[in-house]
Amino acid sequence: MVASRAIGSLSRATASRMLRCPGYICRNFSASSALQTRTHINYGVNGDVAVVRINSPNSKVNTLNKELQSEFVEVMNEIWTSDQIRSAVLISSKPGCFIAGADIGMLASCKTPEEATQVSQEGQRMFEKLEKSTKPIVAAISGTCLGGGLELAISCQYRIATKDRKTVLGTPEVLLGILPGAGGTQRLPKMVGVPAAFDMMLTGRNIRADRAKKMGLVDQLVEPLGPGLKPPEERTIEYLEEVAVTFAKGLSDKKISIKRDKGLVEKLMSYAMSIPFVRQQIYKKVEEKVRKQTKGLYPAPLKIIDVVKTGIEQGNDAGYLSESKVKFFPFNLLLLDSRKSRSKILCKAKKKNTQSLPKMFSFYNASQEIEGSRVLIPAPPSVCNYGTFPHILVFHEVVLFSVFHNNMAMRWKPSKSTNMRISSLDTKDCVFSRLNDKVKKKALTSFERDSIFSNLTGQLDYQGFEKADMVIEAVFEDLSLKHRVLKEVEALIPDHCVFASNTSALPIREIAAVSKRPEKVIGMHYFSPVDKMQLLEIITTEKTSKDTTASAVAVGLKQGKVIIVVKDGPGFYTTRCLAPMMSEVLRILQEGVEPKKLDSLTTNFGFPVGAATLVDEVGVDVAKHVAEDLGKAFGERFGGGSLELLKQMVSRGFLGRKSGKGFYIYQEGVKNKNVNSDMDSILASLKVPPKSDVSSDEDIQYRLLTRFVNEAVLCLQEGILATPAEGDIGAVFGLGFPPCLGGPFRFVDLHGAQKIVDRLRKYEAAYGKQFTPCQLLIDHANSPDRKFCQ
Amino acid sequence: MTSILTYTFKNLPNTSKWALRFSVRPLSCSSQLRAAPAAQTKSKKTLAKPNIRNIVVVDGVRIPFLQSGTSYKDLMPHDLARAALSGLLHRTSVPKDVVDYIIFGTVIQEVKTSNVAREAALGAGFSDRTPAHTVTMACISANQAMTTGIGLIASGQCDVVVAGGVELMSDVPIRHSRKMRKMMLELNKAKTLGQRLSLISKFRLNFLSPELPAVAEFSTSETMGHSADRLAAAFAVSRLDQDEYALRSHSLAKKAQDEGLLSDVVPFKVPGKDTVTKDNGIRPSSLEQMAKLRPAFIKPYGTVTAANSSFLTDGASAMLIMAEEKALAMGYKPKAYLRDFVYVSQDPKDQLLLGPTYATPKVLEKAGLTMSDIDAFEFHEAFSGQILANFKAMDSDWFAQNYMGRKTKVGSPPLEKFNNWGGSLSLGHPFGATGCRLVMAAANRLRKEGGQYGLVAACAAGGQGHAMIVEAYPK
Repeated sequence: MVASRAIGSLSRATASRMLRCPGYICRNFSASSALQTRTHINYGVNGDVAVVRINSPNSKVNTLNKELQSEFVEVMNEIWTSDQIRSAVLISSKPGCFIAGADIGMLASCKTPEEATQVSQEGQRMFEKLEKSTKPIVAAISGTCLGGGLELAISCQYRIATKDRKTVLGTPEVLLGILPGAGGTQRLPKMVGVPAAFDMMLTGRNIRADRAKKMGLVDQLVEPLGPGLKPPEERTIEYLEEVAVTFAKGLSDKKISIKRDKGLVEKLMSYAMSIPFVRQQIYKKVEEKVRKQTKGLYPAPLKIIDVVKTGIEQGNDAGYLSESKVKFFPFNLLLLDSRKSRSKILCKAKKKNTQSLPKMFSFYNASQEIEGSRVLIPAPPSVCNYGTFPHILVFHEVVLFSVFHNNMAMRWKPSKSTNMRISSLDTKDCVFSRLNDKVKKKALTSFERDSIFSNLTGQLDYQGFEKADMVIEAVFEDLSLKHRVLKEVEALIPDHCVFASNTSALPIREIAAVSKRPEKVIGMHYFSPVDKMQLLEIITTEKTSKDTTASAVAVGLKQGKVIIVVKDGPGFYTTRCLAPMMSEVLRILQEGVEPKKLDSLTTNFGFPVGAATLVDEVGVDVAKHVAEDLGKAFGERFGGGSLELLKQMVSRGFLGRKSGKGFYIYQEGVKNKNVNSDMDSILASLKVPPKSDVSSDEDIQYRLLTRFVNEAVLCLQEGILATPAEGDIGAVFGLGFPPCLGGPFRFVDLHGAQKIVDRLRKYEAAYGKQFTPCQLLIDHANSPDRKFCQ
Repeated sequence: MTSILTYTFKNLPNTSKWALRFSVRPLSCSSQLRAAPAAQTKSKKTLAKPNIRNIVVVDGVRIPFLQSGTSYKDLMPHDLARAALSGLLHRTSVPKDVVDYIIFGTVIQEVKTSNVAREAALGAGFSDRTPAHTVTMACISANQAMTTGIGLIASGQCDVVVAGGVELMSDVPIRHSRKMRKMMLELNKAKTLGQRLSLISKFRLNFLSPELPAVAEFSTSETMGHSADRLAAAFAVSRLDQDEYALRSHSLAKKAQDEGLLSDVVPFKVPGKDTVTKDNGIRPSSLEQMAKLRPAFIKPYGTVTAANSSFLTDGASAMLIMAEEKALAMGYKPKAYLRDFVYVSQDPKDQLLLGPTYATPKVLEKAGLTMSDIDAFEFHEAFSGQILANFKAMDSDWFAQNYMGRKTKVGSPPLEKFNNWGGSLSLGHPFGATGCRLVMAAANRLRKEGGQYGLVAACAAGGQGHAMIVEAYPK
């Protein structure tokens, strides 16, 4: 503090007006140095502070690629050798992005492990040099600072970050199946303590600037600025630079110390960590937890623990070496291929909430790219106003989501078939309590909550629908009811208004049959629970117009969803893939497998939710409805389990979680769910003898999986799906297909189509036509070089 | 009448705008239409409007503004307001029963005297038949009191209104925690000993932690100083510039005080203490001294310090507003006309303190004036950084086009006409009372320095702002 004041007076003593606006001076300098040939990095000198600006050309984000690295080394060498320069500031010229991470392409192009080790060691050497720099280096962070970006920042002597929502720090490597490879595993534990470092590296979670300050990850915060004489973002970066320059001067003059005052808790913590026994316990605890959550399906987190341990117990050099050695796992290459914009994946890591997938690990897909190239041809009309009909639980959350993410004006009207008043109040209460949760977590202020909430109108009539740009109905899955609603709404809404139906199985073309304007009718299939499931399946009929699709996609993107666009058909893509698997679930249960056993078999295979639990979550009545509809449409192929099981469950009121009983009993406040013993009699009455040669644990797992995969491939064959990539996205993000398998199509590529066909043939022999492999799958089996995902 | 004619004539190019106003204004007038007086024929151009009563300030006073925690610290807000009212009575000798209505502005309310206007009026010896109410609008509460009075007079409901404001920052309501309050209220209702004991048994020590009045903006949870620091940074206002401006404010205030220009101050005999005759916050220092201070809000590198911010102040002000013909009939020589005014509001987060920037062009446009017509600017100085940021915003075409929806900038006020007798930074800023001080300073300066138009502008918490044109009463 004293120091900063002193700096203040110093700059005042030299008092020419020019000197008081450092921004301008260095602008001039950098303009001249920009004339040099460097493309990613240039620097200017402000007094005795070098301001290094990172700005990768033709990209929205900066990534640590080879060119940038070599330019960076060059620039730093100039700075270290210059007599005039006593300190440096690293800053990005791109608002919203410091460095989004290492260029994953650079890693993916490594052919051998030795090559990868070399890449890692280069990074380690560069950052070690930074860390040991005698001239203090200040990282001025505004926007995403992830992966390699964070590793760079923590190698600097001092970090200043902008305190806004865009500025996040994190190590998302684990989500891609890799680990921080440039010294991050060694530096992070020293900086924030072992437990916090594990938390960051194992969850890949993003840390907002204010939290980072508390953790000791950054040293100072800069508040984002409002409008001044320039756009706010531009001026905020300038301000950040000005502040960083002040601190750089202070550091080189030894007026500011890089040592941080630690709180009492932190001191105690670091004392505890100095006891080897405590450390061992922590490693053990973390490892146990990871094993439990990953079920051994994901290797990266265990390696991270190992590397951190090596670094702490055997010193930095050993740590660096072990970090550079373990770099790749078979799975990460699988994930990384075919993604054009690598950095985007990292950037998206921030946006996507991945709780639907196993808590720690998931992978990210740039579904926006797909939509961008395939759908968004006309500019979407601005959808600002939309009406909805909540009926099922899903809808509370659709409403919440829309209001929260879009700040769109929304009004909703419960359908007449329900108790209107209660439904209306329920939704409003539900949305409010969800918003309120965010307030409690300090993600929102109470004031923001109120102003967001004011965008919602609950009503019992159609007032205001004449101004709606989009109406999303979510009445019960009953075609005549949907028809009635469609007609009532169409009588009121303006011509441009899109009518979207939230249905999980009813064909959109049948719903649109009664429409005056079928080109404006589209399906939007949300997944429950909406705030956690990232997928939105948009269903188009042959009559749906391009701009209608564009509007639906635009709304979905605004809601923060991962989107796939599929063709209309019974069950579309997702429900259609799930239904045969569900049918097999019933069969397996009928064969006498305990629900708990089945659940553990499926979760061990990588499904986030056990199969029996999934039926309860979806709702037994919904499952029955869907099974009946699709059974009619597809006949034998959807056979397997007996529909009678679901019918009896519905008649006894075992509707799953929503009614408190299904395969399990659900009680408020009871964490461990118990098997519903009343199910025994139903299951007993429908028992079929298991076939011993296809009832091993592995067979049960593969019976479920292969039916799923076979149906997915059939969807591609029939043109319901446009690309295999969308099929993978839909399965992983909407249905919880094991993320470690990468989706049904990647699974076929990885596992080999022939092996899958063989399995299907084996089950076909035992059970019949529902296991008959589809033609496209057979084609792939016949030509092993053909892959779905290039 | 001549004046009106020439006036309309002069404004012919603007006919459509004025036509609109003509058609609207009479509606808001009561049936008692009066002929416009012929008093202002001498001026170069006047803002009188046909069919609207001219409203004048007869005079205004304030008790000395003191740093909180000094001589007024044992008083209550209505004591200060009472002193201002007594001072006004003394200064103007207005018969108490002539006053039709009393309005006061205040921000942090003393719960015992939530309608502080009424308590003060009764205590100051006004007729108990004179109604009084209290208004609040953050730092422009007194402005709101005045403009409420203007509305009452213009609509013919009243002829004589006393408007004022008061703030006592030496004492603020610190409350029990909500839990404690709840328990106390329930205890009130408990009937049996058993009920009481069971309630008391729920008591926890943390119930005793007090609740301080919020210093932060409710909507954004940001304190005003913090916002001011960000505003200064957004407009690249340096620490030195801010300190220089603060020094200017203090030096000018000191000069005005020494030369006896602050004629609106009336002495206040504090019961049991000495008579207070002067503002005590005026402390011209040196830039070196000011540079030593640490930033008060954004630590450690911010630019807003205690020295370049307005300080917590106790004080009260009051002024006598009348319909012009009433004032003349009573034999008064008014000081100024109160003319067009506007209230504006904008983003409470990033533009919290930019009220003057938004209000100034709007009020000038309304009055048909330009910056060059203004002879005396009196802006409320919440922070040096805020004033300088407002200057830069007013002088920026980019800001006008992108944030205010205007084609061009309005221009920043010339410093030689700006707050020449000091401002809130030096004289002090009792939230509720500053508005009247600004208007009286403008009126007194116009009389002293010989200009015709004064512009008063202020920002307020909640992202609001106000501006008013004050026209000198012809001598």
